[in-house]
Amino acid sequence: MSILYAILDNPATKWLLVVMGLVMPLASLLTWAERRQSAMMQDRLGPNRANIGPIKLKGIIHFVADAVKMISKEDFIPGSVHRGLFALAPILAIAPVLIAFAIIPFGPTIFPHSYTANLDVVALASDPTNHSFADSIRLQVASFDYGLLFYFAVLTLANYGGTIAGWASYNKWALLGGLRSSSQMMSYEVAMGLSLMGCFILVGSLEPGFMVTAGASSKLSASNPLNWLWLWQFPALLLFMTAAIAETKRAPFDIPEGEPEIIGYFVEYSGMRWGIFFLAEFIEIVFISAIITTVFFGGWQVPFLDADGFRIGGHMVDVAGQQVHLGGWLLKLPHFAVTALQLAAFGLKVVLLCWFQLMIRWTLPRFRADQLMNLGWKVLLPAALGWTMLTALFKLVAMNYGWM
Amino acid sequence: MGSSHAHDDHAPATAGPKVLAVSTVSPKVRTIAVVRPSDAEANYLGATKTGLGITLKHFAKNLFGRRRTVAQLNAGAAPVGLQNDIETIQYPEEKVVYPERFRGLHRLMQRDDGQVRCVACMCCPTVCPANCITIIPEQSDDKGIEKRPAVFEIDELRCVVCGLCVEACPCDAIRMDSGVHAKPVEERGHAVMTKAKLLAVSGDNGKSPTSIAVQGGAGADWRTKA
Repeated sequence: MSILYAILDNPATKWLLVVMGLVMPLASLLTWAERRQSAMMQDRLGPNRANIGPIKLKGIIHFVADAVKMISKEDFIPGSVHRGLFALAPILAIAPVLIAFAIIPFGPTIFPHSYTANLDVVALASDPTNHSFADSIRLQVASFDYGLLFYFAVLTLANYGGTIAGWASYNKWALLGGLRSSSQMMSYEVAMGLSLMGCFILVGSLEPGFMVTAGASSKLSASNPLNWLWLWQFPALLLFMTAAIAETKRAPFDIPEGEPEIIGYFVEYSGMRWGIFFLAEFIEIVFISAIITTVFFGGWQVPFLDADGFRIGGHMVDVAGQQVHLGGWLLKLPHFAVTALQLAAFGLKVVLLCWFQLMIRWTLPRFRADQLMNLGWKVLLPAALGWTMLTALFKLVAMNYGWM
Repeated sequence: MGSSHAHDDHAPATAGPKVLAVSTVSPKVRTIAVVRPSDAEANYLGATKTGLGITLKHFAKNLFGRRRTVAQLNAGAAPVGLQNDIETIQYPEEKVVYPERFRGLHRLMQRDDGQVRCVACMCCPTVCPANCITIIPEQSDDKGIEKRPAVFEIDELRCVVCGLCVEACPCDAIRMDSGVHAKPVEERGHAVMTKAKLLAVSGDNGKSPTSIAVQGGAGADWRTKA
């Protein structure tokens, strides 16, 4: 059994699990959900006819039809393109986004030996090497101390996909799209990184797994919604969401695509090569949702659900250097029920945030290129800097008086 | 100077932007007050909130509400109660009701005894702007009728559905009241409606089984009788 747990705890297994189990299905479904949701917002019905025999499911299987269509299309490569880079660009667009999922904690740590029992949180804090806590499976592919920096670094690489696609296409419009893509990414990377700086200062870590289990204040349980960063860092949430949506290169920030003017860096692409760009965009939506969930909305935490069950009231106790939430009214739940609820909570939060991003995309008109740059450099960047300083000041005062 | 120019120059100041100053050299050159959006309006955050409110309202209503029935959609009825705003009519299963005077596929009318009413007078091919009607006349067996069409063909691909042939016909032989569209075809030649095909098209969207027109017309009071 230990071997099985070791395999499950292997980063490769976990990465496959999260990509195949959460990201790919969600991103594929988003291709249908986007068209259906936009239809609903515009008093239309949207795609609802794809069916396998009598199974229609409101057209959910449209994504299968789309995939079959794109895969079976002619793989057309224009004569004058740079063939190697032309083929490489879609991979460069999609790979970094999939890699970045490594830092997302999509569930709590599972202790297989006490799976059916109620988890003893005091014993876990004071003696984590005990046999009943052995072979633990941490539902996060890689926990780096520099976690979110890794995400910034890797996602910047996705930029090369668009730029190289534009250059390799040997098409002026594609090149313009590629250049616009890199200028937009560069402008918004800065604001995006800085907008999270306040969160790092407040929590004292860059590691997303730690941010989820710690919360903003050690005086409250991490499962308390008031301890999630959306309340403490609301301006940062607004700034980060704006910059992150700009990173996905979708409306209202679809300057690189610029359908009415230049059609975008993938103008020469067709079939599944184009489909990969499209899929990368949707995976990026899922990723942005996962990051916002993790940083601002408590990740996999269910409101008031601690590791041993639902707890109302109680207080934080220092056990062997760890803050443990004890006392209060407790509804005891077995470990597997707690983890299942927490996994479901993470999925639900991600889906809701995806929905919200689609709402934004179908509500707002697009920016002009100059408005885009103004917003990025003259509004988001100074606001993020100011908020970082305010948070630092707050943290300094709070630490001085022992509030947190 | 035309009268329209004079009208423009002396338009009342209340219509249009507020005029701050008028040039003494040319009265057409004016300084106007440009109305810029207020800070609250120009602030993207507020506009985003308002816009999201509107789209969210539509989304929720259309997601949870019931669709109006096809009859209600056709009648243009406003949604009531829990009905949503979706206007889509799902075509093959549901259909838009065409107006009474909708011009559809042509049909040739018959006399009481089943012969074609057309007397090959050549009015319709003459008036047809698309030159899509071909008639070859022949001697009629009926002593009271001079001619009848040996060939009567309409190329539905060339037809512009203007209805002038129906207007031109002196003996109610050709009508466009079938209420159906020309059918899609795989070869262009198949879109040519022959005499036999045209005689077989039923009228009134298939409600009347035959295409017999009463001799002498339906009478002066046909409209009230229908």
